Amino acid sequence: MRRDPLQEPIRFLDERAGAAPLLRKALRYLFPDHWSFLLGEVALYAFVVLVGTGIYLALFFEPSLADTVYNGAYAPLQGRTMSEAYRSALDLSFEVDAGLLMRQTHHWAADVFVAAIVLHLLRIFFTGAYRKPRELTYLVGLTMLMAALLEGYLGYSLVDDLLSGMGLAIGYSVGLSVPVVGGDLGLLIWGAPFPGDPAFQSRMYIAHVLLLPALIAGLIGLHLALVASRHHTQFRRLGAQTERRLVGVPTFPGQAPRSLGLMFAVAALLFALGGLVQINPIWLWGPYELALGTNGAQPDWYLGWLIGALRLVPGFDVTIGDYTLIANPFWGGVLLPGIVFAVLFALPWLERRFTGDHATHNLLDRPRDAPGRTAFGFAFLSWVFMIFVAGSADRVTVFFGIDYASQIWFYRFAVWVVPVLVFFAARRLCRELQRAEQIERSQEEAEAEGRLVGR
Amino acid sequence: MKLRQWIVALFALLRLRRRRPPSDEPGRLVEAGPPAPRGELAVIALLVLAALAAALFVVFYGIGASTQALGGALAGALGLIAAALIVAGKLLVVDEELPGHYPEPDPSEQESVGRIVAESGSRITRKRLLGAAAGTAGGALGAALIAPAVSLGPVFDPSPLYDTPWRRGRRLVDSSGEPLLATSIATGTFYTAFPQGAAKSLLGAPVVVVRLPEDELELPPERVTWAPDGILAFSKVCTHAGCAIALYRTPKFEPVQPRPALVCPCHYSAFEPATGGQVLFGPAGRPLPQLPLAIDAGGALIAAGGYSGAVGPSWSGVRDEPPS
Amino acid sequence: MRASVGAALGAALLLAPAAPAAAEPPPIVRPADAAKLSPRELGPELYAANCARCHGGDGAGLLPGEGDGAGPPLLGAGAQAADFYLRTGYMPLGDPSDQPVRSRVRFREHEIRALVDYVAGLGSGGPGVPRVDAAAGSVSDGLELFTEHCAGCHQVVAEGGVVTSVRVPPLDKATPTQVAEAVRIGPYVMPAFSEEDISDDELASIVAYVQYAKHPDDAGGWGIDQLGPFPEGMVTWLIGAVALIGVCLVIGKRLEKP
Repeated sequence: MRRDPLQEPIRFLDERAGAAPLLRKALRYLFPDHWSFLLGEVALYAFVVLVGTGIYLALFFEPSLADTVYNGAYAPLQGRTMSEAYRSALDLSFEVDAGLLMRQTHHWAADVFVAAIVLHLLRIFFTGAYRKPRELTYLVGLTMLMAALLEGYLGYSLVDDLLSGMGLAIGYSVGLSVPVVGGDLGLLIWGAPFPGDPAFQSRMYIAHVLLLPALIAGLIGLHLALVASRHHTQFRRLGAQTERRLVGVPTFPGQAPRSLGLMFAVAALLFALGGLVQINPIWLWGPYELALGTNGAQPDWYLGWLIGALRLVPGFDVTIGDYTLIANPFWGGVLLPGIVFAVLFALPWLERRFTGDHATHNLLDRPRDAPGRTAFGFAFLSWVFMIFVAGSADRVTVFFGIDYASQIWFYRFAVWVVPVLVFFAARRLCRELQRAEQIERSQEEAEAEGRLVGR
Repeated sequence: MKLRQWIVALFALLRLRRRRPPSDEPGRLVEAGPPAPRGELAVIALLVLAALAAALFVVFYGIGASTQALGGALAGALGLIAAALIVAGKLLVVDEELPGHYPEPDPSEQESVGRIVAESGSRITRKRLLGAAAGTAGGALGAALIAPAVSLGPVFDPSPLYDTPWRRGRRLVDSSGEPLLATSIATGTFYTAFPQGAAKSLLGAPVVVVRLPEDELELPPERVTWAPDGILAFSKVCTHAGCAIALYRTPKFEPVQPRPALVCPCHYSAFEPATGGQVLFGPAGRPLPQLPLAIDAGGALIAAGGYSGAVGPSWSGVRDEPPS
Repeated sequence: MRASVGAALGAALLLAPAAPAAAEPPPIVRPADAAKLSPRELGPELYAANCARCHGGDGAGLLPGEGDGAGPPLLGAGAQAADFYLRTGYMPLGDPSDQPVRSRVRFREHEIRALVDYVAGLGSGGPGVPRVDAAAGSVSDGLELFTEHCAGCHQVVAEGGVVTSVRVPPLDKATPTQVAEAVRIGPYVMPAFSEEDISDDELASIVAYVQYAKHPDDAGGWGIDQLGPFPEGMVTWLIGAVALIGVCLVIGKRLEKP
């Protein structure tokens, strides 16, 4: 038989790195082929685009707050004093060919990255994929979500425009609101009272381009290794899958073109958005100054739940005499995300406690098969979502004329009432769906029996 | 007879030697499938188009085309490659659905690991003491390595949080450095001012100045002299989360319109200048610090002292007396 | 199921009173012999029929309880104020406690001119309609001035906003003259900026900037109203996430019925 030219490099690698057994295993690893398993990959490919475009941007961005006078292509900012950071971002947008494409693609990729993680997390939650033996995989994933949120916030705050500068002031106030140690914490991170020591910009920069990306990349590796080690979960279909037996598509040749195709599709969508839909037009905001503010300032979407909370909490600091124990931003800025992530991290063990189920699970539940979990998930989600929507009340006032203060009062109640209603509605829905299936199945059995008996 | 036997034998042989379907071929690792020439053509066409789109991107880049053209071309190239791969995955690749097994944990290996660790300690008699010593050394080293982080900021000295650049007698100037004259402060509008000679970006620097008719003032008794001619100055930094209080709501017809308020655009805390910065609405937990004003001999506005309280967002010591 | 539907309705009912209940202003009353009147005669007639209800006879103003409605005095308001409030449709206002908003102009052109002349003569007169040359202004100066004085309420690209608890209008429909008038008058709860606060040159720059802000440089593509993260988040989910889920559905398989 004619020798396949591929054999040469394979032999080379195996003799020097022992690669063949690992390659053989990897090439024939079996993937589940349900579409919802691709959501995690979407996040991964968004990260790849982030790193690629990020490297490009870092080759031009000047992370310095030193003052300079703008003398570039964007006329409305001519002669304006601004930081080098802001000036370099303007240059990326107007002077560097394809610079604006890279900037916008990078920012869209960040927004889509977090959205994909959230979708993936929803799939994990509603199918119970976080149960034994995958708790560690799940915890690693949650850590990546937290890192992604911080990474995005730091990324758009580096530019020192009016919108993100206001957002940094809010971040500072949240730091200060931590009971007892908040003042020290704020001074430690910022180096001085807000706007802080110039070194704070360096800290944000290094965290954004080196520390957090390295952490996320490492966690991705760990996450994928854990997934492969315990193997993907499976939906029960085809009747062939059990807790011990799986059915899947091998990496090569089946899964590879699909995953690679998805990667190019994600990249295509992100570059399409980056070229066609404007995002963060920093030249319109102008440079940040402490004494300036604009109406309608918002953080990126994945922090919208925090601004909603900060706007909803009534105005009070918790004091003991002259000692301020809990400053107001604490509730929305620290406690809310603290509770949400605490519940998420504790989920596998909470479920064990509530259901008494300590078994290994390789098969997934359909959401309707676990009414309690599904109802809790919808309720929890609706709680966070109501808070998130409350953060857009001012734009609702502008668009629809509905009074702002009335909206805030409405949300203060709705945030607690709606999740309770959603819980019962979702649980009922799951049970109805299950019952409907049961009826269908018993009808089919009756028909089959009828045929056997013979008419 | 013999001929017939030969023909039958030949037939039998031919049928046995007919090409077995590839999937029955013994020793195949990957299932075989029928060729798909139409699919191949589709993939090739998509890839060629992708190459053209990529070339178009380079051309656009060279002529300095708009971001939209660049993005469209690059997205087109990537999207066409994606389409090629997806079509290849559906048409050119065998649809294998293979069985496999989930890994089982190995209790004997778990036991071996435990035993290796346990048996390695055969020479140790003071396990607890060694452990405590190692823990102490590790903890101390950890603390030593973390200690330099304190250089990041004045962690043990929160006094900078109380600093402001305002002193008695310091003039109020506008953003271009011109002093604010009391006579040019009108009612029904607002001004931003800074301490003369100080950096504008210090948290305590910017103040918002408004003027109310003196009969509308309801200041606390200790502040009655703080508003000469009804002119009031407050820190422009919101006590909730530090945004600039850049909004002023001032009615033209008091009987039916909302009363004057300084409002923050971030979470819509509203402060009432007439009562010395009390919170009217919103999440702010502290009133807006007021700067006492006076008018110097030249008619310019000057600070008559420090703020009524610490500026900016709250922390544990925000209501304490500032350290001297 | 029933419970959640009922709750949704209840929520809608809760919101309903919060929705703007802006009273419709009464229809314009024109004197029967309007066609025969000269502008100088038409002004006071229109005023008496449509404005005196709140603004009092001869623009003296009315406090709540003194008459039918309530409204500030117009003595010394000048042509500037009348021109602004009438041409934006802010006036006539149905309920004096409502916020005036840009609406369909109900008076005809010659009626507006007659009313403006009339109000201009009330009291000892007031500022005339400002003449603005937006071309003489500098957009870059305007951006700086607008950010400092206006963006807090109107948003930095003049998309409007909220001041507790008032709706601040976007400026996309404001003419240069109306911008200049509003800056000097400070309509409703807006601060007023005199020539001492914002000089005529600076005002021209602000007007130039507001004109620019109607069609700002959207170098990045579809501007999605230049509102920033709010519409960007909607695009992320309604376009980005939907498209990517669609791609996953194409690539992967769906669950069959067990």
